[in-house]
Amino acid sequence: MAESVDLSMFVERRPSGASHMTLAVDGVACAGCIRKIESGLTKLPGVIDARLNFTQRRLAVDWRDDETDAAKIIGAIEAIGYRAHPFAPERVEADDSAQAKWLLKCLAVAGFAAMNVMLLSVSIWAGNASDMTPETRDLFHWLSALIALPAAAYAGQPFFQSAYRAVRARQLNMDVPISLGVSLALGLSLFETATHAVHAYFDSAIMLLFFLLCGRYLDLAMRRKTRLFAGNLASLKAEFAHRLDPGGELVQIPAAALHPGDRILVRPAERIPADGTIINGTSEIDESLVTGETLPRAVRSGMTIYAGSINTSGALTVRVTAAGTGTLVDEVEKLLDKAVEAKSQTVRLADRMARLYAPVVHATAALTAIGWLVSGASLHDSIVIAIAVLIITCPCAIALAIPAVQVVAAGALFRSGVILNSGDAIERLAEADTVVFDKTGTLTLPDPQIVGGGVRPDVLERAARLALSSRHPLALALGRAARERCPYPGAVEEAGQGVRAMIDGAEARLGNAHFCNVIEPEQHAARIGDDASFITFSHGETVAAIPVRQALRADAVAVVNALRERGLRLVVLSGDRPAAVAPVAKELGIEEWRAALTPAEKIAAIEQFQSQGRRVLMVGDGLNDAPALAAAHVSLSPITAAHLTQAHADALFLGENLRPVLQAVILARRARALMKENLIIAAVYNALAVPLAIIGLVTPLIAAVAMSGSSLLVTVNALRARVRARIPGEARS
Amino acid sequence: MNVLIYLVPMALLLGLIGLVAFLWSLKSGQYDDLDGAAVRILPDDDIEG
Repeated sequence: MAESVDLSMFVERRPSGASHMTLAVDGVACAGCIRKIESGLTKLPGVIDARLNFTQRRLAVDWRDDETDAAKIIGAIEAIGYRAHPFAPERVEADDSAQAKWLLKCLAVAGFAAMNVMLLSVSIWAGNASDMTPETRDLFHWLSALIALPAAAYAGQPFFQSAYRAVRARQLNMDVPISLGVSLALGLSLFETATHAVHAYFDSAIMLLFFLLCGRYLDLAMRRKTRLFAGNLASLKAEFAHRLDPGGELVQIPAAALHPGDRILVRPAERIPADGTIINGTSEIDESLVTGETLPRAVRSGMTIYAGSINTSGALTVRVTAAGTGTLVDEVEKLLDKAVEAKSQTVRLADRMARLYAPVVHATAALTAIGWLVSGASLHDSIVIAIAVLIITCPCAIALAIPAVQVVAAGALFRSGVILNSGDAIERLAEADTVVFDKTGTLTLPDPQIVGGGVRPDVLERAARLALSSRHPLALALGRAARERCPYPGAVEEAGQGVRAMIDGAEARLGNAHFCNVIEPEQHAARIGDDASFITFSHGETVAAIPVRQALRADAVAVVNALRERGLRLVVLSGDRPAAVAPVAKELGIEEWRAALTPAEKIAAIEQFQSQGRRVLMVGDGLNDAPALAAAHVSLSPITAAHLTQAHADALFLGENLRPVLQAVILARRARALMKENLIIAAVYNALAVPLAIIGLVTPLIAAVAMSGSSLLVTVNALRARVRARIPGEARS
Repeated sequence: MNVLIYLVPMALLLGLIGLVAFLWSLKSGQYDDLDGAAVRILPDDDIEG
């Protein structure tokens, strides 16, 4: 193929003049792979450096432009035996890793300061009980101040900045009492030190910062990990388009680099890379990913087609358009905007806590001070006690309680094949009591499967092996059935027609009925139902029609039953014809199903459930499901879903099975139970410690021990979210 | 208690060295590929030479 490849959008220029590119690499599993790829690439002329990041499965390559280019490098990696795809890092991801580094630095500083201040504090506590001179105690307090003040000024920044933003917006968040508590504690300790007092609170303030930073970092680390993985998958799935340049040349470019107005060529069996209008050619396209409809639609010049559909028969020339008004995509986007707006009003558990918590803490501290003043204590003593209340109530355990569970649960979900898109999805997943499924690509597998029966095994084997030479979607499905994985030599594919080859001296043909000279293919096949398509096969006298259709995911029945057992109400909302939806719903035993729905009708159905007070978990993959996913309380998408749909799902699941949906529900429910348990632990701690603080019995020692103890307890409890969910039917796969 | 004059600054200095070492390792990308570091030590490059 004399087609040039343009990858310039992924290539970065280094100041030194070298070019740089990041690639997501698939299939790297061991040390040997790292070495093979790195040494294989550095041997290439012009390559300066190649370094594979094994954690991220990403390869960074630097090269000199005059000696090699991006396409050659990708070719070289393929020659070594790996699939590599150029990767355009997203803005969010870069921000995240900068933020993570900063938090880690703050954490290191706080950790250093906490250790050293505690060292001094323990000496003071021991000295107060024995024979420490006031001069030594003062020295130790001043040393503590020397360490704690600069450390808190640096490590406290994440909280101070967030609190400042909240106060400026006239709101309260969790960071306001934290910042206030830390600054007051440090200020008062300084005053105490200057007046040669027995107690100072530097250790409490700095320990508090340390534990809170742990929670913040864990929270961010979880989100980063899933985003990284999702980024890799997106680039591995990234599509290429064949652009027709004005001079008539064909250039292969990443679909992301297409602009409205470009002319592109879509060959048979290729996915349509962008929305557009057909300017030349006729074909049938499979729009199951877009509308859920499983029957192909005939298209001709002048008609609009959508990204994500598959061109099945003829070559098409398409002019790329931006989403115009009145198109399906336009409608979907309008619905999406509305749905997203409505959803942002749900409040996370932690934020709800903070809203309640901050005023209560401030009020308690203020009342304590006033109470002591009224009862005749000195101003100094009243303030000391009020600060002790502030410190002891500072939401150390609460700030750790939820992120710790989230991190552990997200890890467990990740191992079950569920990638979270949003951090609070776990909470919302746990609340779901109704599951709405899309049919095409969600309950069924995204690719068509051959339906057995009616075809002799040896004929099927020959047809399947012949199918290996074709790239047509139906042939791909048939090809998977071939036991002999090696295609017939000399097989020729005729675009839009089928493949032919000489087998045992007779010509074999596989493709449409006309190509195989077969009239009425249905009479050669068993009755399967009217939702199946046929591939015709002829070889000498033998003629067969092999039925192919969308098959249920292997464990769909078991998963649906298990969900029902857990008290969830199940519904199927599909964009496909009723005739195609009814058998699926019947097989799964789902009584509530609706077919031939538009995106707006899907939203309406979900809103109706939600107005009845139900919390809907929507599982869907099509472009037509995107608004419904955004409107639902929580949503899941298979990783094969359309781009826009994935972006609006709260979580994605991997693999051919439906089981991750069930695991997500089970793990999320357990995680939510643990979050509540942790909040109760934190509340009990406060209930015990706060009265002591209010009556003025809390020494810095008690504060430090109680705080660390409750934080540890909460973290250890969170680890229980790790336990894997056992699910019926798991043993079978 | 005069020994404190030496011991406390020494303890602090040792802690600071640890902190600086950590910040350096963070900055130089030592934590960018934790899994990779674990497997990279396995191949015997020098023997195969």
